[in-house]
Amino acid sequence: MAYSDKVIDHYNNPRNVGSFLKDTAGVGTGLVGAPECGDVMKLQIKVNLETGVIEDAKFKTFGCGSAIASSSLATEWLKGRTVDDAAKIKNTDIVNELKLPPVKIHCSVLAEDAIKAALQDYREKWAKAEASADMGAS
Amino acid sequence: MALKFPIFMDSQSTTAVDPRVLEAMIPYFTEKFGHAASRNHPFGWEAEAAVDKARAQVAKQIGARDPKEVVFTSGGTESINLALKGVAEMYREKGTHIVATTIEQRATMDVCKRLERQGFEITYVSVGHDGLVDPEAIRKALTPKTILISVMFANNEIGTIQPIGEIGKLAKEHGVLFHTDATQALGKTVIDVEAMGIDLLSATAHLIYGPKGIGALYVRRKNPRVRIAAMMDGGGHERGMRSGTVPVPLVVGFGRAAELSGEVMAEESKRLAALRDRLQDLILSKVDEAYLNGHPDRRLAHNLNVSFAYVEGESVLMGLNKDVALSSGSACTSATLEPSYVISALGVDAELAHSSIRFGLHRFTTEEEVDFVGKRTVEVVQRLREMSPLYEMAKEGVDLKALHWKAE
Repeated sequence: MAYSDKVIDHYNNPRNVGSFLKDTAGVGTGLVGAPECGDVMKLQIKVNLETGVIEDAKFKTFGCGSAIASSSLATEWLKGRTVDDAAKIKNTDIVNELKLPPVKIHCSVLAEDAIKAALQDYREKWAKAEASADMGAS
Repeated sequence: MALKFPIFMDSQSTTAVDPRVLEAMIPYFTEKFGHAASRNHPFGWEAEAAVDKARAQVAKQIGARDPKEVVFTSGGTESINLALKGVAEMYREKGTHIVATTIEQRATMDVCKRLERQGFEITYVSVGHDGLVDPEAIRKALTPKTILISVMFANNEIGTIQPIGEIGKLAKEHGVLFHTDATQALGKTVIDVEAMGIDLLSATAHLIYGPKGIGALYVRRKNPRVRIAAMMDGGGHERGMRSGTVPVPLVVGFGRAAELSGEVMAEESKRLAALRDRLQDLILSKVDEAYLNGHPDRRLAHNLNVSFAYVEGESVLMGLNKDVALSSGSACTSATLEPSYVISALGVDAELAHSSIRFGLHRFTTEEEVDFVGKRTVEVVQRLREMSPLYEMAKEGVDLKALHWKAE
């Protein structure tokens, strides 16, 4: 199978590989997929609790090159977005950007799931802190 | 010696034609172009003589008593189709049960599935962790309706060599025909259809440095005389078992390749086993939680199959494929999401089945290539582990099996 140049680039030079400590203020963690299915993505966002903007994002992925590229691209797109804006990233955007073939679409679906899971984890842990930060500011 | 890239280490998929084989073939494309079935002129006689010689060369390599027992086909897949379907049709009155194993190659599996749809019953006998089938398990699977046992000689992914002689013996005891898919084994390990009690044997040329598009089915003529229904109707070539103009240049190439493999087998398998062990040591000594798939000793000399925990097979290949041609049992290399059924059949965890890499050394593999491939593989696996959430969790002491994964 031939990979697109963008998939190869992300595979060879993955952006934002790494981890945040899960309990750090503003960090949301998404862990999706399953080892027996051959794909596991851990995607983390670090949100500025005062502005609601994702200041940093990191990933680690067990999976094929397209899965690695999808999650790498996702972290690039997440940085600088607000939490609400981040929820708008769709798997089809990833498919188009990376030119994923049909058999690799599940990689982009998993990346979207990872984003959603990280956002949900963030909201569960830090939404109150964000709200109180808002109140403190006003 | 300077390395030449990309390095080919996928010899279970195909091999390069040996220059000596090509040399033998060339005249039969041009000046010696006759039809082997033309009985009335020298062109035909010349072609027939060449085909007869090749038939004897292939027969010798498998220990066949009579060259006439060798039927030329288009390759391993056709041979397997002809053997299984041919026996099924011919012996249907006698019985409708066939015994195979869970790790047969795709051609066998697909033919079995088709026969099941046609009313045959197939028992797929499991193999052990090392890929070996227990002959007693085959014996237990036999029923009064069993007409055929089909067990591959050596596996295409893990290289495990089956106890073919023992299976042949029990097949005789029970009056059941025995077919073996020897596509991976021919020319690599000693085959003796007489001593091993093999009734039908499938082989192909392109895995022994011969051309693609030519294979053979050995069909026993004595004790017992095996009869098969032909799939191809036509001019009655190959004793009526496989009609169609015999591709003389390919047949000549197959014969020469078989002859050569016989001449060099002892020395070549020793050399390749040493190189393979070197590659295995290079990798297993540097990577923790890397596991050998298949039997450590009873395997083809050129075969190495390793699973790397916490990294996925295709991603390993992607890191290597600029420099090295390899294959993976990973689901992602195919259109399905299931990992290799062969590795799964060994009872290996699904996660490890997703991370198996197959190395196939061959006649032209050098020590420098082995050292390079070993080193690069270690680098790629280590880089991917730094990227792997599973590796990170395992290092933190998380029991990955105890986690509840949200599988899609």
